[in-house]
Amino acid sequence: MGDRCAIIGVGQTAYRTRRLDVSMPGLLREAARRALDDAGLTWKDIDAVVVGKAPDLFEGVMMPETFLADALGAAGKPLMRVHTAGSVGGSTAIVAAGLIQGGVHDRVLTVAWEKQSESNATWALTVNSPFTTSLVVGAGGYFAPHIRAYMRRAGAPDHIGTLVAVKDRRNALRNEYAHLKIPGISREMVESTPMLWEPIRYLETCPSSDGACAMVLASEDAAKRAPSRPAWVHGTSMRSEPMMFAGRDSVSPQGGKDAAADVYRQAGITDPRSELDCAEVYVPFSWYEPMWLENLGFCGENEGWKLTEAGATAMDGDIPWNPSGGVLSSNPIGASGMIRFAEAALQVRGQAGDHQVDGARRALGHAYGGGAQFFAMWIVGSDKP
Amino acid sequence: MRREIAVVAFAQTRHSGADEGLAEIEMLAPVITEIKERTGLARFGFTCSGSCDYLAGAPFSFVSALDAIGAWPPISESHVEMDAAWALYEAWVKLLHGDIDTALVYGFGKSSQGNLRSILTQQLDPYHLAPLGIDSVSLAALQARAYMERSGVKEDDLRAVAARSRASGRGNPFALHLPEPGADEEYDVAPLRPYDVAPITDGAAAIVLAAGDRARELCERPAWITGIDHRGEPHAPGVRDLTRSEATRLAGERAGEKAGAAGVEVAELHAQFSHEELILREALGLGDDVRVNPSGGALSANPMMAAGLIRIGEAAARIHDGSASRTLGHASSGPCLQQNLVCVLSEETGASHG
Repeated sequence: MGDRCAIIGVGQTAYRTRRLDVSMPGLLREAARRALDDAGLTWKDIDAVVVGKAPDLFEGVMMPETFLADALGAAGKPLMRVHTAGSVGGSTAIVAAGLIQGGVHDRVLTVAWEKQSESNATWALTVNSPFTTSLVVGAGGYFAPHIRAYMRRAGAPDHIGTLVAVKDRRNALRNEYAHLKIPGISREMVESTPMLWEPIRYLETCPSSDGACAMVLASEDAAKRAPSRPAWVHGTSMRSEPMMFAGRDSVSPQGGKDAAADVYRQAGITDPRSELDCAEVYVPFSWYEPMWLENLGFCGENEGWKLTEAGATAMDGDIPWNPSGGVLSSNPIGASGMIRFAEAALQVRGQAGDHQVDGARRALGHAYGGGAQFFAMWIVGSDKP
Repeated sequence: MRREIAVVAFAQTRHSGADEGLAEIEMLAPVITEIKERTGLARFGFTCSGSCDYLAGAPFSFVSALDAIGAWPPISESHVEMDAAWALYEAWVKLLHGDIDTALVYGFGKSSQGNLRSILTQQLDPYHLAPLGIDSVSLAALQARAYMERSGVKEDDLRAVAARSRASGRGNPFALHLPEPGADEEYDVAPLRPYDVAPITDGAAAIVLAAGDRARELCERPAWITGIDHRGEPHAPGVRDLTRSEATRLAGERAGEKAGAAGVEVAELHAQFSHEELILREALGLGDDVRVNPSGGALSANPMMAAGLIRIGEAAARIHDGSASRTLGHASSGPCLQQNLVCVLSEETGASHG
């Protein structure tokens, strides 16, 4: 794992359908400035910048970090751009942490973002290549059959997805940055919304958001001078597997299991449900909560929906999932993974505000992407590893 | 003391100047197979690639590449939307952690599928620069003019760079074999003539990195990375001195001073236009005794997203084959040499510096 790495600053923008008040550079600077302020640093203090986002077609700018370099204070510094599909926000944080762990830099600014109002994300995700025909519309079209397969093999009742949608949206009411805030959200309200991709109803999907999330990562030495309590990286992991081949379990992918096992090993965790205090997990469609509960080893196979149904993942449950409201409440795609990672850090720093899990000391940040084939995870803690 | 890390293998396609009917993954798969056979490695501690969606004209162009590398059981993997030289940098950082001993790096690009110079316009600031419609060759021509005015370099000097690069390229089985620059070729965008502009190229390349004793097991003469660094400049051409490559100078200093770049015998520079080679030589302080681009450089084959990695691969290959003991690979990204990476390689081990 190399040298110790601390998260000393976190910054987020307000997530909205359209941030017409800011340009792309303005959006990134809003998050980056807040992270620098949190860390008590200025642009000059930063050694390197690592930027992540999902496909460039979302904004219509090829490799946009080249034009964002000035706004990110990257002149004269190393600037990298990560792209690993939906998991990219998490991967970007891991690449940035790697620079600290490798002893290359002392203070790294990392920013992940998407300004989806510049285009239409559903259609950007539906592009046909000349050689294959797209059989689905958008990510929901791709994932709905996997959800149906899960429901069948786990014997899950139909209403579980609704419970997740209500829980995450309720959590979002306590997060000042969240995009979707629906006062009085209830099962009836979710069930009354149109069916988009069986069994996914309108209120069981993530929104399309503009937004950016930033963190300042620091070496142990640099963290000593941070004005507030840092979070410490206890483990990081990435795994990838091909999207399609005979015998692949696309409901509970091996890559997710392997990444979880790897990150738990690094953090010395054998029972994630009891040893972690909360988790920010990439759940863009409500049913992915029970599916990832199983994939990440929080319970046995086919048991995930029972945890959700029993309220174990609610704010007052034994293992709160997505106290921030999660991807279901804010989804600037390229940033969504980093928001999970950053929210995990906020929890163990005790800085999650109204959605703070009392006494959280260790938390999981998780992201996935592509056809549930790219995974990025980290575990952060309030104590040094 | 940092870990010792080396380039232990390099493979590339026989690059093509026109669409040969292969999908990216079909272009890439033989290169991956070759480098696996050459090293005897089927699995790597880490894998990292560089590619660009805008070249493929579709999102997630890197996803299908997982089929070419055989990512099963699942692999530890990442991707940069940059030239694969930066993927090599990410892999080098990962190896410094000490958890793994090998890494596979690859990059691929098929520029023949679209109009590259207008695609690259989409890389410019969308508010202030791209709407002007300026393309990559026009921007490079502005840079060339400014450089020539400052340095006194003439068009014949640019032609000499192109002629030497093409002559070297004709001796490289992987490069395009381009003719001697013609005496009366019309301008592409003045002062640049067609031979001053890197050719449209399809191709792929891969490198295997290894640490310490693992590197010695895998390669008779490992090319040790004694220094590597990358730096960027502001984007807007109006706010920087286009006649100098400050980012290359900085990266060269950081990669080179600690590593003793003074003794470099061969430099592979990612110059996509003739004048860029001259700017880069100056930024790196390379004397006339340094052999520049014996492979023919990007002016003889420029597969986008792989060409920078190929510079490091070619520089390493000169150590592998015993023809040099200290070499330098350079990669560039963005308009007018906006971002630059410098990697110093040596036959002698030494802790890696960044």
